[in-house]
Amino acid sequence: MATPIELEVNGKRYPVSYPADTPLLYVLRDELGLTGSKYGCGEGLCGACTVLIAGTPRRSCQFPVSAAVGKPITTIEGLEKDGKLHPVQQAFLDAGAFQCAFCTSGMIMSSVGLLQSNSNPSQTEIVQSMQGNICRCGTHPRIVEAVRQAARMMQEHGR
Amino acid sequence: MNAHRQKFLAEPERYEFEAAPIHQFALDRRDFFKLLGAGIAVFAITKDALAAQETAPGPRSFHGEELPKDISAWLHVGEDGSVTGFTGKAEIGQNIRTSLAQTIADELRVPFESVRMVMADTSLTPFDAGTFGSRTTPTMTPQLRRVASAARDLLVGAAAKEWNVPPEGLRAADAKVTDPASGRSLRYAELVRGKTLAQNLPAEDPVTPATEWTVAGKAIPKVDGRAFVTGRHQYTSDLHPEGTLHGKVLRPPSFGATLISYDDTAAKSMPGVVIVRDGNFVAAAAPTAAAAQKALDAIRAQWKEVPQISNREIFSYLKQNAEAKSEDRFRKQKGSVEEGLANAAHRVDATYTVAYIAHAPLEPRAAVAQWEDSKLTVWTGTQRPFAVRDDLADIFHVPEGSVRVIVPDTGSAYGGKHTSDAAIEAARLARAAGRRPVKVVWTREEEFTWAYFRPAGVIEVKSGIAADGTLTAWEFHNYHSGMSAIETPYVVANQHTEYHQVPLILRCGSYRGLAATANHFARETHMDALARAAGMDPLDFRMKNLSDARLRAVIAAAAKSFGWPRKKSRPGQGFGIAAGFEKGSYVATCAEVAVDGSSGAVRVVKLVEAFECGAIVNPDGLRNQVVGAMIQGLGGALFEAIEFENGRINNAHFSSYRVPRFRDVPDIEAILLDRKDIPSAGAGETPIMAVAPAIGNAIFDASGIRLNGLPLVPNGLHTI
Repeated sequence: MATPIELEVNGKRYPVSYPADTPLLYVLRDELGLTGSKYGCGEGLCGACTVLIAGTPRRSCQFPVSAAVGKPITTIEGLEKDGKLHPVQQAFLDAGAFQCAFCTSGMIMSSVGLLQSNSNPSQTEIVQSMQGNICRCGTHPRIVEAVRQAARMMQEHGR
Repeated sequence: MNAHRQKFLAEPERYEFEAAPIHQFALDRRDFFKLLGAGIAVFAITKDALAAQETAPGPRSFHGEELPKDISAWLHVGEDGSVTGFTGKAEIGQNIRTSLAQTIADELRVPFESVRMVMADTSLTPFDAGTFGSRTTPTMTPQLRRVASAARDLLVGAAAKEWNVPPEGLRAADAKVTDPASGRSLRYAELVRGKTLAQNLPAEDPVTPATEWTVAGKAIPKVDGRAFVTGRHQYTSDLHPEGTLHGKVLRPPSFGATLISYDDTAAKSMPGVVIVRDGNFVAAAAPTAAAAQKALDAIRAQWKEVPQISNREIFSYLKQNAEAKSEDRFRKQKGSVEEGLANAAHRVDATYTVAYIAHAPLEPRAAVAQWEDSKLTVWTGTQRPFAVRDDLADIFHVPEGSVRVIVPDTGSAYGGKHTSDAAIEAARLARAAGRRPVKVVWTREEEFTWAYFRPAGVIEVKSGIAADGTLTAWEFHNYHSGMSAIETPYVVANQHTEYHQVPLILRCGSYRGLAATANHFARETHMDALARAAGMDPLDFRMKNLSDARLRAVIAAAAKSFGWPRKKSRPGQGFGIAAGFEKGSYVATCAEVAVDGSSGAVRVVKLVEAFECGAIVNPDGLRNQVVGAMIQGLGGALFEAIEFENGRINNAHFSSYRVPRFRDVPDIEAILLDRKDIPSAGAGETPIMAVAPAIGNAIFDASGIRLNGLPLVPNGLHTI
């Protein structure tokens, strides 16, 4: 049964009506038109759908929409502020850390989540925390480099 | 038949290619200027077409004429100075949208930022056979360079006419033509104002040599990079035209199953649902994907299945079911292998196997289709938009001109997106949905099951060497996997190579590098075994039997950077090397592995690869491709394999089909050799070829265990 609920996504409130167990990803993509979060497997195994829920990176394809009620959700679309990229986005751009870029939204959201809980992660910590995100083009070394660059930028700018 | 088609046929492992392309295009000159506004346009005709037009050489104007067939690229310079390049090639992550724009900017002498590429749209771009075979850089880059060069000549000519001076003394740079004698200049935008001037390309114009490139050759970042880091770029699966329905296909329980009973009464009664049954094709479209799935779940279908073989028996099956006699073009012979073997001081014979693997592009197959009366528009992530158009025209019995296929920049392909499946499914559903668009996005399980695979194969090698390590005989048979790079680059007086076709078992076809990966794995592993038999260092043994200067150069570069030969500093450490060439580019890879003696776990510690593909167009994009191929190659080398049984895929998920992840990635070094004296070749494939044998040889060096099958260690070393 579809239930009316309210979601808070990227600082905006959206009334939606969905069965409680609908994965958040489909509500974001199909209802709210936020297609930056990608479907890659629907099983929580590739990370392409990663969003922040109350600041924590979550696989939105496995996260029931009902469980997201009352928690701020941030998607890739919510990172840019007043035309200025988030340092992680800027670092991915600067490092050329993408090829087909289908994994990029999820990679960036996972990185943002990591840097919020660990502002200066080691190489090993980055690798550990990104293990659940698949890049089939093999851009891994640049992605790790981008996360390191972003950490530096964020420390310099005191974010 | 033109040379391209012949080339494709020479790669018989492109099993998914069936229909011959039909050369045709939809846009005439009037539409062209209507679309883009006034300016100048230059059209490149492929060499083959030029050859056919030998009776009328030289430039031809377009006044009132239809555009000729076999145009490969075109370019437009508009009244606002904007430059638009058109090509049927698709951007699938290999960064050609950037490198092709660089090429045009370089040759036309305009800033990179003023060039825009229109790609892979069957109504707007010239016919193109597809984006595969590392062909974009060697074929499309020179064609775009020639059209840009011809456009520049036109602009210089226009300025010369304006000033009434000979064109020879004028200079084109920074999007303007300058007369050094008087110092006056005119911007391109001014020169094209009010003109609708079109020219097809006279012949092979002289183009700027790589040593004089200013925009090409530079590490320019990916065009539209910002759209990707903000999530704004719309892949096919992100498109949602007004009124779009979501489509789902009812998959049979196994390959080759046929529908024997069917009841869709319950599904049909669901509001807003469109059901299609057409032979064995059953699908539903609904306002949401969940509703479409619910409708499918309500359909009662019974299928008749057929027994099929499993991955456990595939290799013996391939050997036993090979065609009795291979075609002549699949066989090459020189000297006498028998004599060579008889005269050998050491003989090494071995059999190698490679498993089926999946491309697993992160964006699964997807299409959005919309009919407007008898006209069909399909957006889909494909490497072959014109082939998809032709398939759709055939299947729906409409002229090619009524079908438009548009390829949004796509979430990767690796040779896996050559077929029309999702496009056909979406179009079939849309046909039943009136004018409403229908979107079909495959699930990961569908992608792992109903796409096509890299073919499995068996390779048998017989070989001999003289006491001093000189190769005396080389016999190489590839069963099923293919004949790309089947010939040895080493000097051998007596050799026999042969590819044996086997009727398809699983649906399979092109995969990055085709069979070059399998053939390199067998050959370079075998060369390592021969080196050991000769008591020689594997690098010295290769060099002793190798005359190809470009191949020697990449081997030397990789070895130098790796520090070959290296001394082992701890137990379980091992080093391996492998090399080869294909499609005009050269690769050598050195690997270091660590084998855990107690657990049997194998870790690739370091990969050093030297790569050379002629003059480098964009070193940043190239490095991404080379490192990417190395990492993707790790998967097929170490653990990727499709498991199947009775027409079912048993590991159709990322939980059971393991792809390389961050922890699998070793320390990687890519050395790019820039040969400005050699025309640029493609780089999408060759860098993957030597990874597996280098790792396998390193595992042997570490453990003394010779692994002759890909994947090498799906479950570690002890369980082999």
